[in-house]
Amino acid sequence: MASLGALSAVSVPAAPVLAADAAPNPWFDPSYVTDNWDTIVGHLGQHVRLTVGAVLLGALIALPLALLARRTRFLAGPVLGLSSIVYTIPSLAMFAFLAPFTGSLSATTVLVGLTLYTLVILVRNFLAGLQGVPADVREAARGMGYGSARLFLRVDLPLALPAFMAGLRIATVSTVALVTVGVITGNGGLGQLIVGGLNANFYRAEIVTGAVGCVLLALVADVLLAGLERLLTPWTRAAR
Amino acid sequence: MDEGGAVSAFGDAFVYLNDPFNWTRSGGILDLLVAHLRISALAVLLAAVLAVPTGVLLGRSGRGGGAVVVLSNVSRAVPTLALLTVLAVTPLGFSELGTVLALAAFAVPPMLTNTYVGFREVDRDVREAARAMGMSRGQMLTRVEFPLALPLVATGVRTAAVQVVATATLAALVGGGGLGRIINLGFGQQDHGLILAGAVLVAALALLTELVLVLVSAALTPGPRRWPVRPVRAPRAGQPEPTSSGVPL
Repeated sequence: MASLGALSAVSVPAAPVLAADAAPNPWFDPSYVTDNWDTIVGHLGQHVRLTVGAVLLGALIALPLALLARRTRFLAGPVLGLSSIVYTIPSLAMFAFLAPFTGSLSATTVLVGLTLYTLVILVRNFLAGLQGVPADVREAARGMGYGSARLFLRVDLPLALPAFMAGLRIATVSTVALVTVGVITGNGGLGQLIVGGLNANFYRAEIVTGAVGCVLLALVADVLLAGLERLLTPWTRAAR
Repeated sequence: MDEGGAVSAFGDAFVYLNDPFNWTRSGGILDLLVAHLRISALAVLLAAVLAVPTGVLLGRSGRGGGAVVVLSNVSRAVPTLALLTVLAVTPLGFSELGTVLALAAFAVPPMLTNTYVGFREVDRDVREAARAMGMSRGQMLTRVEFPLALPLVATGVRTAAVQVVATATLAALVGGGGLGRIINLGFGQQDHGLILAGAVLVAALALLTELVLVLVSAALTPGPRRWPVRPVRAPRAGQPEPTSSGVPL
């Protein structure tokens, strides 16, 4: 310890001057955004593609799982238990588990990992929505001669739609944030700007552009989905 | 990657994890684990000191539910990686303090929400009865409201703690410490064995944290045992909902 103290006393000057202190390094710089517009749009495009892909794939897998879990009651427990275990696995570890199979520098790794997380959120919300459909209503529809496809489309889907949309909104917003971790494979969408700025001698304008871009993207996606929900469920407005 | 590559990666990971020197050397797995746990514990403690009293105050008065919802929704939209990076380029620099602050910021919403709901949902009649028995406000808090709210408060703390342990991994991406370094190094060297070894360690730590905290909160909670696996309900709009799983970042 004593030798360490002596060493640091010798080697560290009293007031270290970093390159970052000398050059102007503003947090917000509009010229960064305009000068690098094409790069930013490219990363934004990847961010959107990964988010939409993961949420759509997750929804396509989650719906049959939720229907199955409702139909066979004993499956609901294991499905939910397994999904909460998946949710506990940190995203970086998830991508790391997938890397040997899907490639450590491929966007597929990120897409598959994100799909697993959206799957977890969506199965829970889809199942909650389906279980919220009153049994009497389904019984009545069946008594009126509805087949299972028509029962789902005309009865289950409209009644469970608010819960479905709530799940989709949560999944989308979380996925937008999670895409940034894909930076470990070089496919992190706007996360590339965050870590890229850090590696480019702590370029604050680039970091803030990536960070603010992620938050704005999540906000826009949430507002769009909220608008879609309003369009799809006109009867909830009439009731109020 | 072909199937053979994946299989050999599992072999390499096993060899890496089975070598005692990889655990005990300076900067090895044990050192990283200690740093990981120290950062996580500090972040959870800091967040609890901020969130639990605030949740108690708001929940008892029944006010601020909208603000709690907004806070938890906004925190879901902010990438943890972004906050970690932004704090790293402030004067805080690449210190453990920066990591602790970033992780604590994301641990506040689940704790706050669950504490809020726990205290708000204490039965009005029970409060009335406690007041009629001549309890002071302090006695009501410690002997009536707190025990009744404890299961939800414990769920909030557990959710936040598991989330913090999981997200502490990301600190490695911005030059911080912790077990994420192994994964980061593995990706940097394109070493699939190392990547898998890091993944196993990080995932095991997260699952173990969850398990230990479930057992601890079950042991501490008075009354009939309440296990965290609760039936799913459709979410209500505009009302804070207790969370039993956090953001997986």
